[in-house]
Formats: sequence, structure tokens, C-alpha cells
Amino acid sequence: MTEPLPRPPRKNPLSRTRQPLLPQGLRSRAAHGLTAAAAEGRFALQVCAECDTVIYPPRDACPSCLSPRLPFRDVDPCGLVVVETTVRVSADPYFRERLPWRTGSVKLDAGPVLVAHLHGDVAEGDRVRMSVQLDKSGAAVVFAMPIAETPNLMDDPQLREMNCDPKFRRVLITDGRSAVGQAMAKAFSEAGAAIIFVGLADEWKPFPGAARLRAIDRVEIVPLDVTDSESVNELAEQNGGRIDIIVNTAEYTRAGGILDRRGLSIARQDIEVRYFGLLRLAQAFGPAMRSRGADGVNSATAFVNLLSVHALMNWPAYGAHSATEAACLSAGQTLRAELRPGGVKVVNVFSGPLDTEWFQALPPPKVSPAALAKATVMALVDGREDVFVGDVAEDVRQRLAVNPKALERELGQD
Amino acid sequence: MTLSRRQPYDGVVACLPVTIPYRRYSTNSAHWWIGRALRQLLQQAKLRSSDIDGLSVSSFTVGADTAIGLTQHFGLSPRWLDHVPFGGASGIVALRRAARAVQAGDVDIVACVAADTNHVDSFRHTLANFSRFAQDAATPYGSGGPNASFALITRNYMNKYGATRADFGRICVAQRDNARSNPHALLTGALTLDDYLAARPIADPIHLFDCVMPCAGAEAFLVCREDTARSLGAEAVRLLATIERHNAYADDPIQVRGGWAVDADELWAMAGLRPDDVDVVETYDDYPVISMMQFEDLGFCGKGEGAAFVRAHDLTAGGDFPHNTSGGQLSAGQAGAAGGYLGLVEAIRQLTGTALGAQVNGAQIGLVSGFGMINYDRGLASGAAILASAA
Repeated sequence: MTEPLPRPPRKNPLSRTRQPLLPQGLRSRAAHGLTAAAAEGRFALQVCAECDTVIYPPRDACPSCLSPRLPFRDVDPCGLVVVETTVRVSADPYFRERLPWRTGSVKLDAGPVLVAHLHGDVAEGDRVRMSVQLDKSGAAVVFAMPIAETPNLMDDPQLREMNCDPKFRRVLITDGRSAVGQAMAKAFSEAGAAIIFVGLADEWKPFPGAARLRAIDRVEIVPLDVTDSESVNELAEQNGGRIDIIVNTAEYTRAGGILDRRGLSIARQDIEVRYFGLLRLAQAFGPAMRSRGADGVNSATAFVNLLSVHALMNWPAYGAHSATEAACLSAGQTLRAELRPGGVKVVNVFSGPLDTEWFQALPPPKVSPAALAKATVMALVDGREDVFVGDVAEDVRQRLAVNPKALERELGQD
Repeated sequence: MTLSRRQPYDGVVACLPVTIPYRRYSTNSAHWWIGRALRQLLQQAKLRSSDIDGLSVSSFTVGADTAIGLTQHFGLSPRWLDHVPFGGASGIVALRRAARAVQAGDVDIVACVAADTNHVDSFRHTLANFSRFAQDAATPYGSGGPNASFALITRNYMNKYGATRADFGRICVAQRDNARSNPHALLTGALTLDDYLAARPIADPIHLFDCVMPCAGAEAFLVCREDTARSLGAEAVRLLATIERHNAYADDPIQVRGGWAVDADELWAMAGLRPDDVDVVETYDDYPVISMMQFEDLGFCGKGEGAAFVRAHDLTAGGDFPHNTSGGQLSAGQAGAAGGYLGLVEAIRQLTGTALGAQVNGAQIGLVSGFGMINYDRGLASGAAILASAA
């Protein structure tokens, strides 16, 4: 039975903050196939292209037929915990602080035996559903979950080390003026966040949904203008040590490309809000978040980047916007590496056009702000790193994986 | 009995068992420990470095070096060189290779050495870089090291065959008894079954006295022709039979048997003996469950009967089934790769009547078994040798 997560006590300002430590994060290149699967929340293992043997641990030749063609494919995640142990002594500083730690050998229905982390509600002899998670080092690990949902499932301490669950954590939504920002505030409140700081620039300017936003449980409006360094720094000075999750909802979306525009004012504003806004947030809040990655139940855990899927492949109809999104994606990858020593994740949430005013002229399918918010919360709960929301984003993801050049041409033909 | 097509080891012997006393921690390098062992071999044999024309080395802590760098380090110019990185199977493997080379005339005198240092962080570093599969698929899961891996194997064995912790404890208690007369053993405090059962847990169901204590040390011996040993005045043992098998039974979901089971019939056929003929047994005891598996897989009892076998026999040096007569690694200490030589060196002593501690009376036939290298979830390497006093 999983004990419900205790509400964290007020932090004693005189206590030393526990420094973040990481488990062993080195992996062979073949093993990074699991990292890719974990980032997207898939359970995938190498399956020999020639003899169909399912293989684990990841390697460079099939142990049955020596074929070098070992692509990662989704496989049946179900299996049986053959035997378990509780580690009570470890020389590794990360695990030493987190003992006792339960692991087991799981025989997958698909064939191989996996040494795995065990959820607290799973024991020797149980059937389990395996998942691949990213641990604090950002490397993939396999985790045995109960087949059926059990009470307080997500409160399992070993599982909570793998994900960025907003429950009891303090979230900063960087812009509450937009429909997306408001949907995020609502979703995080419902997900059990302890407090949802919602940033507003020029709070006195009215906007649709303002009253509803203020009425959301545990929302606190704070002044924040991501285009203003002083504003960002001041908020960080006041509150930076109390922010566990940042969701960057600051947006700037304009249809149009590059050649048919006159001047740079739109491009400049796009970069100011989206790219420099991201940099300001990273510089102001990043260091404190990185140092608080192991700071109890409400440790710092994630920076969420909401991105157009066209960051991955430019869509000329929104070409200038795509380019800026690409810059934000790349900056987010730097941030991911810089935050990793603190065990803090950067989560990229990719979507196609949203069902909001700046995508007004586009036909469906479009992603509603509520759907985007729900997917963002789920990405954090599931510990994913790269999430594709909605049909367009999924379509782009698939086509990109098969033939990026074809996708480039097809997007440029609209 | 299966007829063996294997060539016998006529005319070849192992001799001159050397142990450099173990230390819990050492600031010296592995090279220093290897050098100490080589020097003692030469001194006992009254040989010079130039008389050694073969070298076999096993060590986890020689850093960037392998055997080749050690030739220049120690001023040797061998015509036969081997590096055997197989942990607890290193002794058996080194012996097999050296014996054939001597037999074929490729080399005359092979110095076989296993040694490791133990700095305060050696064990942690060795584990962290142990193997690719360990890095990818074992270490990230609690970093419990081999203790966690063998905990799973032990628990599975207990579930499958009904063995209890007390059954494993009997092995440890007997070995501690044997260790008390061994001047080199690091752990010689009295150990009762109650002490064993009450010890602190490490990774369930493994408790403190199931685990070896890493330390620094060296073990060595010579392999040469029988006439060479005679001219050196060295008491020697003959090789009656050897086997070796790696990554056996890969389809067993959890390891319950080792490679010995594949080739045990050949081992006995080659020696022309049966398990009852053996006077002293030295198994690789990284964990008592593995010693129990060796009793089964080498033919001393049936599969799953290891616990009953242990209950029915006295494993002390004076008992009816002398086992790990110097205390094994569990009481002597595990000096890294030297743990893979410990049993072999002790067997040479027992069979030549030169045991440092308790001597098995009239020991003529000895069986030595090696095992090791937990790559992911099971020990991959295994080997065994039946030795006979050459007197």
C-alpha cells in the first residue's frame, strides 16, 4: 500500500539545502534507444530485424543470429516479477540517501529478463506493466508498475524520483493573459499544485478570463513581463527559491514568412518574447532551481517549454514563427544539459496550431488550450521529456522520423 | 561414464604456491602487489627473472596497463604472455592455458599471478566501470553492486529449492572455522550460526556474512614441466582434468546453475575419477549460494540438493567434506582477482602437505572451481580443475 505523499512542511530557512546528487547516468549508444523511448513515454526494446528476438540489455549484435540490425520497437510491457530484493547498503551517494531501495528481476512476456526498479505496490510473484522512465541523471531506467491502478499510485517515493509530478509543488505560469496560460493555471490547480504563481505584465490592462483566473484555487498573480529583464529578475529575487516548475506560456504567434514582409519589427518582437524571454527566465530562475533539485517533496523539478511542432521542421506559412520556435528548442536543449546536474528536467511540449486567435484562419484539427494544459500536466506526471500534443504534431513527428526532406517539401507546398 | 576426447596434461605441474599477506586497505598500486608476488616466486624457486619465460596476469586495478606493460615494468622478457581478466575464474583459466603452452613446448616456466590493490575508493571504481551491461542495466538500479545481483540469485534459489539462510550460514561458519588457523586470513573472529543469522542485512536476503570483504593482496604459482619442478626442489601437483565454460544456460531466467553442469561429466571422465574420490574441495565463494551451486553442478549432489548436502556433511578441514580449507574469500578476504586464485593456491598447498593452516590429512586429490564476472545479472565465467599430488 502506498502511503499518501505528506504535504511538505514549511522549509526551515536555517537548514542547509540538500545538494542534488545523480545516479550513474552513463549509457552506451545502443542503450540511448531507451532514452528516446523514455522521453516519449513509450516502452520499446531492440527487436532483431532478422529473427524477431526481443533483446535486453541493449547491444550491437543479436545474441541469436548476430544481426547488427536491431531497431527499437514498441513491445508488450507486461511481465512477471520473478524475484525481488531490497538494497540496504550502497556505496553510491545518490542511492545511499534514498535507501532502502527495491529492485527486482522481471521476466517480460516478450522474452528478456529486466533488472528493474519496483513500484512499492509490486512484489515478487506479481504481474507488472513495465515502463521506461528517465531517472534524475536523465538516463533511461525500466520501472515495474502495478497492472491495475492502486491508491496513491503516483505517491510512490521511487516513482516520484523519476517524474515531475506537480502535486504539492509550486508552479510559475509565466503569462496568464492568454487562454493557454489560464488553462494551465486551472490544470495545475486540479493536479494538486501547492501554489500556482501566474505572471501578468501590466496587470491593470483588462483581458478576457481575468476574473475566472483569479478565482482558481491557489492561484497568486505576480507581476512578470518576460520582455523586461528587470521584471524577470525582480520576481526571481522575491520568489525564485519557491519555484519548482516553470511553464513558459509567454507567446507570440504571427502568420507569415520572411520574404514577403517588410522590415524586422515582427521578427524582433517574436524573438524578444519567445527567445529572449526564455533566456531571461533561464538566467533568473535556473540557478536556484538547479540547486533545489533534491529539496524534499517540493523540490525543483521541471522547466516546461511550450513549442510549435514546427520548431522541428519549418512551416513556411508561419515561417518566421517556426524559425524562432527552432531557436527556443535549441536553447531548451542547452538548458536541459545545464539543469541536469540538479536533476531538473526541461520538458518540450510540441503542438500544432492551437485553437486560439492567432491561428484563427486555419482549419481543424487544432489543439484547445485545455487539451494542451492537460497534456502538459500528464507529461510531468509521467516523467516525459518530449511530448507531441494533437493530431498535427503527431503527424509531423511521424513524417519527420521517416523522411525529413519529404516533410520539408510537403510543408512548403501549402 | 562419458569417454573423454581431451588430451591429458602429462608432464605438466603447478607448484610454488605464493600468498602475499592481504591488507584491508593499501596505498600501494596493484603493480606493487604483483611485483611482491613475482619476487617471492623467484626467491622460493631460487630463480632469476630471466629464468621466467612465461607470464600470466589477472588484476582489476592495474589501471591503463595490461600484461604487456607489466613486462617492461618488471623487467621480464617472456615468450609467452597472457592477461586473464575473468575474475574468480582467472586461476583455472590461467592454469589451463599455461599448462598447454608448457606441454607443447612453447614456454618452460610460467609465472601465474593475480593481485589487486584496495584503495579507499577502489571497490567503488571497479564496480562503476565493471562492464557495459552493468553500466547500462544493473548499476542504475540501486547501485547495490554484486550484493544486489546475488541477492536476487540467492532469493530465487531459496524459493525454487527451499534452501534457508541457515543452510548458507553453515557454509560460512565452517569456512570461518577453517580460517582461524590461516595466518593470512583477515577475518578470524569466531562466527556462530546465530551470529550469521543476526547479522545486518545488505540486500535482502543477503546479510553481512554472506559478503566477502574486498582487500588488497596477491596470489601466485608456477606452471612448468614435472622435471623442472623436481630440479627446483618444488613440491608440485599434476592436472588430471580441467573444464571451462562461459555464459552457460543463458535462457535460465535467473541463474540457478553455472557452466560446470555442462561439462562436469567430461571433467570426471578425463580424470578417471568420481566425486567420492576427492579429498579436498575449493569452490569460488563470492556468496555461499554459489558454493552450493558448485556442489550440485560439479556432481557432489543433485540439482537443488545443495542445502541437504551441506546439512549432511562437515565442511571443516577435519570433517568429512573439507571445503575452502583456508577460509575461502568469505573469511580470508577478496583481494580482487586474487580471489580467483585463492582456492587453487590453497589446493596446491593441501595436496603438497604444506597448508599454512589446517591440513587435510593425506589429501591426494583436490577439486578447484572458479566462477565470476557478473556482467549484468549472472556470473558468466566458470571453470574447474581436478589436481593430484605429484608425490
